[in-house]
Amino acid sequence: MAQATRKKPIASEVDTALEARLAAQPHFRTLRLGTPFQPRIDALGLKQDWYSWAGYRAPHSLWDEELEYFAIRSQAALFDISPMTKYRIEGPGAEAYLDRVTLRDVTRLQPGRVHYTAWCDDDGFVLDDGTLFRLSPTRFRLCSQERHLPWLLDSAIGYEVSIEEETEAVAGLALQGPTSFAILRDAGFAGVERLKVFDLAEFAHDGATVTISRTGFTGDLGYELFVPADKALSLWDRLMMAGELRGIRAIGYTALNRARLEAGLIVANADFTTSEHAIRADRLRMPDEIGLGFLVDPEKGHFNGRRAIFEARTKKKLRHVLVGLEIEGNIPAEHAIVYYRKSQEVGLVSAAMWSPMAKRNIAIASLQRPYGDTIVDDLWVEIYAMRELQYQKLMKKAKVVQRPFIKLDRRTASPPADF
Amino acid sequence: MKAWDAIVIGGGHNGLVNACYLQRAGLDVLVVEKNDWVGGAATSRELTPGFLYSNCSYVCSLFRPEIMRDLELPRFGLQVISYDGGAVFTRDGDYLANYRDHDAHRREFARFSRRDAEAYDRYSRDVTRQCRFIQPLLMRTAPDPTSFKPRDLGELLFLGKKFAGLTAEEMALTLRFWTMSISDFLDEYFETDVIKANFALSGIIGTALGPMSPGTAYVLLHHYMGEVDGSVGAWGYARGGMGAVTKALAASFRASGGTIRTGAEVDHVLVRNGRAKGVVLAGGEEIYGKLVISNADVKRTFLKLVEERELPDIFLRRVRNFKIRGSSGKVNIALDSLPEFPALPKDSPVYRADMHFTDSIERMERAYDDWKAGRWSADPFLDMMIPTTLDPTMAPPGKHFMSCFVQYAPPKIDGRDWTDADRDGFAESVIAQIAAYSPGFRDRIVHMEVRTPREIEAEVGLTEGNIFQGELTFDQLLFNRPVPGYAQYRSPVGGLYMCGSSTHPGGGVMGAPGRNAAAEILRDLAKPTSHMSPAHDVI
Ligand SMILES: Cc1cc2nc3c(=O)[nH]c(=O)nc-3n(C[C@H](O)[C@H](O)[C@H](O)COP(=O)(O)OP(=O)(O)OC[C@H]3O[C@@H](n4cnc5c(N)ncnc54)[C@H](O)[C@@H]3O)c2cc1C
Repeated sequence: MAQATRKKPIASEVDTALEARLAAQPHFRTLRLGTPFQPRIDALGLKQDWYSWAGYRAPHSLWDEELEYFAIRSQAALFDISPMTKYRIEGPGAEAYLDRVTLRDVTRLQPGRVHYTAWCDDDGFVLDDGTLFRLSPTRFRLCSQERHLPWLLDSAIGYEVSIEEETEAVAGLALQGPTSFAILRDAGFAGVERLKVFDLAEFAHDGATVTISRTGFTGDLGYELFVPADKALSLWDRLMMAGELRGIRAIGYTALNRARLEAGLIVANADFTTSEHAIRADRLRMPDEIGLGFLVDPEKGHFNGRRAIFEARTKKKLRHVLVGLEIEGNIPAEHAIVYYRKSQEVGLVSAAMWSPMAKRNIAIASLQRPYGDTIVDDLWVEIYAMRELQYQKLMKKAKVVQRPFIKLDRRTASPPADF
Repeated sequence: MKAWDAIVIGGGHNGLVNACYLQRAGLDVLVVEKNDWVGGAATSRELTPGFLYSNCSYVCSLFRPEIMRDLELPRFGLQVISYDGGAVFTRDGDYLANYRDHDAHRREFARFSRRDAEAYDRYSRDVTRQCRFIQPLLMRTAPDPTSFKPRDLGELLFLGKKFAGLTAEEMALTLRFWTMSISDFLDEYFETDVIKANFALSGIIGTALGPMSPGTAYVLLHHYMGEVDGSVGAWGYARGGMGAVTKALAASFRASGGTIRTGAEVDHVLVRNGRAKGVVLAGGEEIYGKLVISNADVKRTFLKLVEERELPDIFLRRVRNFKIRGSSGKVNIALDSLPEFPALPKDSPVYRADMHFTDSIERMERAYDDWKAGRWSADPFLDMMIPTTLDPTMAPPGKHFMSCFVQYAPPKIDGRDWTDADRDGFAESVIAQIAAYSPGFRDRIVHMEVRTPREIEAEVGLTEGNIFQGELTFDQLLFNRPVPGYAQYRSPVGGLYMCGSSTHPGGGVMGAPGRNAAAEILRDLAKPTSHMSPAHDVI
């Protein structure tokens, strides 16, 4: 039978590529992978309450979702973010390239800084949001919920830049909560006190380097740590040991999700549909339609989706708006329909909870303009609360409010407080 | 002498679906089938003791659930079971699998290309968008664009609205998609040969086109728009083989009072004063009916069963030119044990799914070159599966039925008819390919049924052996299927209707042509259609 003869790679190259492929075959036996931290998380996962985060076995909750939430707000919580998609973007053209594909001005992102950003397709619809870490003048890490390699590679044509997906190679941890700084200091990360919000720095760990940034998804004092996968366990142990006296606890996603909602942060494909996943054309969203208009920098040069976004702005073609809501009462309005004057459907709640920190019933909702934009009065949500096999239908008043729903001074205090 | 309310020529699945709906509307319906069994291309036969083959069609996805429900097919034994995604074996000793789990699927593709692994979401989004456009059209009669009847205008408007619901860009994409080649379409998403070959196979199955021929992207869609219980794009096995579909239909038909005569070949349709009056069987027996509905393909119906002088010139010419080129064959094999594929781990789910050996588009296209030259492919494309890994009813425990769909096989060899020697050579090309990946394969074979277009045409009556009763190209779809002006199941002869896969929305075990034809007939008779469920919502 004929052999593949298209281009003739060197025999040894072929062999190693084939060997790597063959070695990876058995993945079908493990439909949910463990992360590099899995041995530790499994040991703490008393509830065995897992979900799939991008194909990884991730905990909804480890022992008690309420108490896990309070660990974030009162002590320090350790949350495994390894399944997050990570791209290493490197080269002399990396800055210009990223400036071209993302919304914010990357030329103003200094080495040693992180910014939250988003990126759009050519029609101005949001592909994803995420964080961009500038590790050096020519080296970046882009973290996101969804995967974008084809788009990133195709956009790189003409730029001196290399792009590599490094999700599996790099393990990540979020350490969030009032005692997080003290724990890092006690763990021996000297100089970590100098990190201001959105700063990052590299520290020695176990013969390798850990990148620590003062970032997070909780609206609290907190840090994120990235480390080569083979140093993951020693990093975990180092933090747990240092944190023992400061109440450190590992947590699952349910607790984190509450904290992020209080912080007013949105989640791709929960609060909006990313454009590569939107099958129905009317689900596509521009940055201004999901509360990310502030990321769009009109001063900077061309970027993906620019023309469409500005055209939509000038021609008033923006059809949706994402808002924070404060809802009367204390029953969470998860996925409730939003009404104008109790009768006209104008939108949907995508996330909702009673906020222990704000002592308010809060929600994030997407509304059809002008509701939520110029018309913000007389909005209502219809809550279907299932109680013992009966829906208690409640029509509750909703008020459009600013996000974040809570603002904690300790998040930004510099130097960070030593609780 | 008795005149039936309706006579259906052919007991293929569409003929039976049609007959069921008419019978349930209160008509007295007779189905005449030339073979001694019903089913047409959806049949299961025991050709060697203990083994049941799906002789032609072998997997089920397109069959409309609305029809299964209306005709109570589960009550009459129909069960469709989903199976795992399949694999393409590569020549370097590896394979590329399609796993049902989204992340396992991505990880599998990443073994070959991280980039292509991450391209799958966009690909599947775009194909799904196209599916959602076509799905609502399946269970509706195509509009006649030249007619000003309110219903046609309504349907045109519906079609227009479906189009208008698209953005200008999507509209352009849809038109492009319907006419482009599967190879060009895949090039927009993927870079890796084997990954492209993996998706391209749905674009060529059953068609006399290669992956680089325009129109093959639509053929892919035709294989994606089905479902198994709401899981769109999924394929399943009918428990008991594809014959289970027509067995259930026949039982449902009989239970509602219908009559089936097998071993009754129609020689021609009786036409008097431009109206069909019944049929004349091969032996000369005349059977009268107020309506005649043909399940046979449009060529067989109008070039063999109706006299030329009854038909308008332009219609005849278009029927003669209707593209219905045979391109495939089938090899059904009884095995005394499960074959081994050393490249595949023993616990791989791929054993319970479809397997392929063509790992590049280039190879597919070369296989098509043989077809153009009037030969069967020396290096054929196989869609191979072993249904008995999931269906215990088709072979004794530990033994297996293997179904191999084979491309390409031309309707004629070098312009002459197939001979038995050709058939054996064709079979050998298939067995050799399997044996190259499965040592000892030949020794496991207990029995084999080899079907070239010759056998398929002779037995099922599919002209040239074309599995869809006519090519699924844009010029032969929607209001142009089978030919312009006759897309609404009626014909130039009064009282003579068509209900086979030659009509909208086309081939595959779908049932929609049979059902839609019944709706038109009942409309002509001013009978209610309340026993016919409307198409499921696409939301
Ligand atoms: C090898 C092969 C594999 C396939 N694989 C699949 C698959 O896996 N999945 C899928 O969905 N589709 C598949 N198809 C396609 C699908 O099977 C057909 O498109 C479909 O079954 C056609 O159904 P039909 O009722 O329209 O016509 P047919 O099944 O062709 O029925 C026509 C009937 O009319 C009878 N007939 C013809 N002439 C006369 C006459 N003069 N007098 C009396 N009776 C007559 C025939 O005997 C036959 O029973 C396959 C087809 C083939 C051939």
